[in-house]
Amino acid sequence: MRFGIVVFPGSNCELDCHWVVQNVLGQQADLIWHKENTLKDYDCLILPGGFAHGDYLRTGAIARFSPIMAAIEDHARRGGLVLGICNGFQVLCEAGLLPGALLRNTSLNFICRPVHVRVDSTATPFSAACTQGQVLCVPINHNEGRYYCDAETLAHLRDNDQVIFRYVSPEGKASDAANPNGSLDNIAGVCNEQRNVLGLMPHPERAAEELLGSTNGLLLFESILSYGRAASLTRG
Amino acid sequence: MPEPPVTQEIIAAHQLTHEEYKRASAILGREPTLTELGIFSVMWSEHCSYKSSKVHLQTLPTSGPRVLQGPGENAGVVDLGDGLAAVFKVESHNHPSYIEPYQGAATGVGGIIRDIFTMGARPIALLNSLRFGPLTEARNRYVMSGVVGGISGYGNAVGVPTVGGEVGFAECYSHNPLVNVLCVGIAPIDKLFFARAGGIGNPVIYVGAKTGRDGIHGATMASETFDEKSEERRPTVQVGDPFREKLLIEACLELMRTDALVGIQDMGAAGLTCSSCEMASRGGTGVEIDIRLVPRREEGMTPYEVMLSESQERMLLVARQGAEATVREIFAGYDLDAVVVGRVTGDGVMRVRDGERVVAEIPVKGLVADAPVYQRPAVRPAWQDEVQHLDVDTIPLPRDYGEVLLQLLASPAIACKAMVWERYDHMLFLNTVVGPGADAVVLRLKGTDKGIALATDGNGRYTFLDPFTGGMIAVAEAARNVVASGAEPLAITNCLNFGDPTRPEIMWQFAEAVRGMAAACGALQTPVTGGNVSLYNETMGKAIFPTPIVGMLGVLDHISHTTTPAWKEAGDMVVLLGETREELGGSEYLKVCHGLVQGRPPAMDLDLERRVQRCCLEAIRGGVVRSAHDCSDGGLAVALAEGCISDPENQIGIDVSLPETLRPDALFFGESQSRMILSLREAGLTRLQAIADHHGVVVTPLGRTGGSRLICRGRTVNIDIDLAELDRVWRGSLPASFGQE
Amino acid sequence: MIRAKVYVTLKGGVLDPQGETVKGALEMLGFGGVTDVRIGKFMVITLNGVSREEATSRVDQMCKKLLANPVIEDYRFEVEEG
Repeated sequence: MRFGIVVFPGSNCELDCHWVVQNVLGQQADLIWHKENTLKDYDCLILPGGFAHGDYLRTGAIARFSPIMAAIEDHARRGGLVLGICNGFQVLCEAGLLPGALLRNTSLNFICRPVHVRVDSTATPFSAACTQGQVLCVPINHNEGRYYCDAETLAHLRDNDQVIFRYVSPEGKASDAANPNGSLDNIAGVCNEQRNVLGLMPHPERAAEELLGSTNGLLLFESILSYGRAASLTRG
Repeated sequence: MPEPPVTQEIIAAHQLTHEEYKRASAILGREPTLTELGIFSVMWSEHCSYKSSKVHLQTLPTSGPRVLQGPGENAGVVDLGDGLAAVFKVESHNHPSYIEPYQGAATGVGGIIRDIFTMGARPIALLNSLRFGPLTEARNRYVMSGVVGGISGYGNAVGVPTVGGEVGFAECYSHNPLVNVLCVGIAPIDKLFFARAGGIGNPVIYVGAKTGRDGIHGATMASETFDEKSEERRPTVQVGDPFREKLLIEACLELMRTDALVGIQDMGAAGLTCSSCEMASRGGTGVEIDIRLVPRREEGMTPYEVMLSESQERMLLVARQGAEATVREIFAGYDLDAVVVGRVTGDGVMRVRDGERVVAEIPVKGLVADAPVYQRPAVRPAWQDEVQHLDVDTIPLPRDYGEVLLQLLASPAIACKAMVWERYDHMLFLNTVVGPGADAVVLRLKGTDKGIALATDGNGRYTFLDPFTGGMIAVAEAARNVVASGAEPLAITNCLNFGDPTRPEIMWQFAEAVRGMAAACGALQTPVTGGNVSLYNETMGKAIFPTPIVGMLGVLDHISHTTTPAWKEAGDMVVLLGETREELGGSEYLKVCHGLVQGRPPAMDLDLERRVQRCCLEAIRGGVVRSAHDCSDGGLAVALAEGCISDPENQIGIDVSLPETLRPDALFFGESQSRMILSLREAGLTRLQAIADHHGVVVTPLGRTGGSRLICRGRTVNIDIDLAELDRVWRGSLPASFGQE
Repeated sequence: MIRAKVYVTLKGGVLDPQGETVKGALEMLGFGGVTDVRIGKFMVITLNGVSREEATSRVDQMCKKLLANPVIEDYRFEVEEG
């Protein structure tokens, strides 16, 4: 599979995503500077974590106007996969590719630590390798991770099975105590209606090697690879 | 506009002594102009010239087979093998952090990162050593929150992970917190860059943020003591822009992949002045700058202001003639300015022009090499004997040793610091094999089998009680921490935080501490590669504890040999390497339980220290050791408790018997040096014993891991506490100080 | 020259932990009767060579497009000449 990793000024997880895709998964990955206007034929685009444009004004607010965004929207419209991690999720929300917004953590503090998230839908190309209700231990690393949307949107998300990950206790229970940032309905990750665009606050690339403590995050990447294999079989 | 004449008042306001002013005039062969006076004043400030500390720093060992670059450059460089070099340095931002904690700490982070990537290295990690006053005072909590917020806000956004460090507390830091930040970067050995202005006629290029009036006289501020007026000096505090710095890192590293660059230096303390004349000094050249060409943020700035501004996120570089367009193009790609502001000259003069008008013309040698150097008087203070005197017989033995252990675990110095480091991105770059909270951090080196380990350490209380011993212990303990992680200590960087050097007792503390560090660096073969001296850490005539901070760098040839403090499995043996003596002086126990900062700190036998470290390292590399932990603050009982609870995912109890040959409180809580706690499978004990015998180190089996309690049996006293209780107290203490559950 | 003062605030239903914290601090300092604190952003935008009407329409577009996020924020602004 061919992965494209979009780099905004201020992104900082692009090399980590590149490392995991190339060295852990053995797939091809390019870094794409935000000033590009066109995209090659990528199977999956990753919008990595970081602080695009310094997170100034609002997280993701300026990045959504980068020249590359039109091509990303086009890629998504054609059914291509888009994965937004942390800051990438924030950019996708600002751009309207995903519903909702991400607000400052209720603790008002930046939080970097492993948390538990439950897979609440395996019906996406990003979570198919997981089992329904599986609890993953994956680090978060953000100051603005409090997912918010209005009641109508939330109802819509639930009805359409668009909430893919929720913050839970190690035993899999969604509670206030297990919610690190005050997210509405413990939401850690959502997908769009077409299910080909996913955004999540936890960093799966930080849980992809045993040496670093967890390989739970690899399940997302493996899901993408199996989806890619299946797609190429259909095509071929 | 002509500059105002230089009066006696203006000279005094620039903190130049009468002799220094005469010296400056002699170098010029005339009276200095105002701009020249400003330039002399910052270049000859303590911060830039090291005029009080230099004679002592010269006694430190600075070379060794692994040292590629010692002190005198932007940062030190150590050979890691496989063609890779580690570039590292620690620097203080104490004074700015007191005046404006958030921005002071943030710009400290920004400054040290620039020192690393200017050498050609990608910065991969930050550590910090922080000291605050007691958290019972609201002002100290405010300062600590601000400093931690600044490190978090800047470090996270600039994209360099803060992987570890330490935090300490004492009354003396209430009005003078310490913020020491260490940065490490990795570079291919054949791609290192240096801060040298070479090649006559080459362009001098200004890159990064525009110049404003912020931070004018920051370097002189760091060279005076605090008084009640300090808080009014807020305008001198600079504001950091981590986003622009991130772009600067990427642009500079991209430029370094071309052949356009000759030399590069950060515009840090004393801004354009210091960077230009230091680069010329190292290059043996001169430099000419036209301040009209310098990009500015504010209107009507004078040459004086432009030369002395400390606006952040700016760099000065010297490029090859003809490569100007390449430089401009690369920086434009990141929306950054790159402007030619001058040329390298051959006359050895720093010449500053304002258009056609020359406003300063100073021989570089006069500013840098001929800066004043002082052999200041150093006298052992009369009160030293008094604070060293400790009659242990007057110290009552505790009634409940378990209660004492809980008190120590709750002491902010020992308590879990997760609430601090969870605010730092400590995982970026996917290198963090052992993160914050262990004795040392361990980072893998991608593309090799290797790893590096880093630890920062420094005990102000010990150094106050006995500066020589305190200096030795700072180095020895940092090395021991690195060894406990499985790495071989290679070299140090240091940050020397002391009081007013014009006071003989402070100078004595400084000289003695440096003598101690020199002895330890020599014995442990860990040379000094650079660092920083921060003097005048005083408020209203009261100095901080003399606090030398050591940043130790080590290497693991095989990352699989990494060890951490926590027990791995029930049923393992726990042993003590080294010996416990009746040493209570300077201990956390004396301070916390008896309110005493008194006595001599534990003795340091450098030969024994080296043997214990070698023994531990050989055992780890031989695959015998499952966990390793330095036994320090709070003594044996605290080290054992940390072994039980430090891994939240895998807490394992312990049942040990301590041979009660000395006062039980000294046995449980004394801080004898050169001791380490190891756990291992029983089958490995014979092998460990053989290794220890070979190194002449005593091994004492203490007991076994298992269960859910910490049980320490002495002959007459016992500790028996549930791990959940230990964990609650240890993890809960710091959040509770800030009113959090 | 025209100066626009733009106020961006969180929508009514959106939790504002900063505002809550400040409210607590005000109560602690003895300021009674504080029922709510909301924290927002204040921006001053200077425009040259446009009429008042043109400026008003432009600033409104700026708010809609970039300065405020309609999912979470409301905005209002004032336009001053001089």
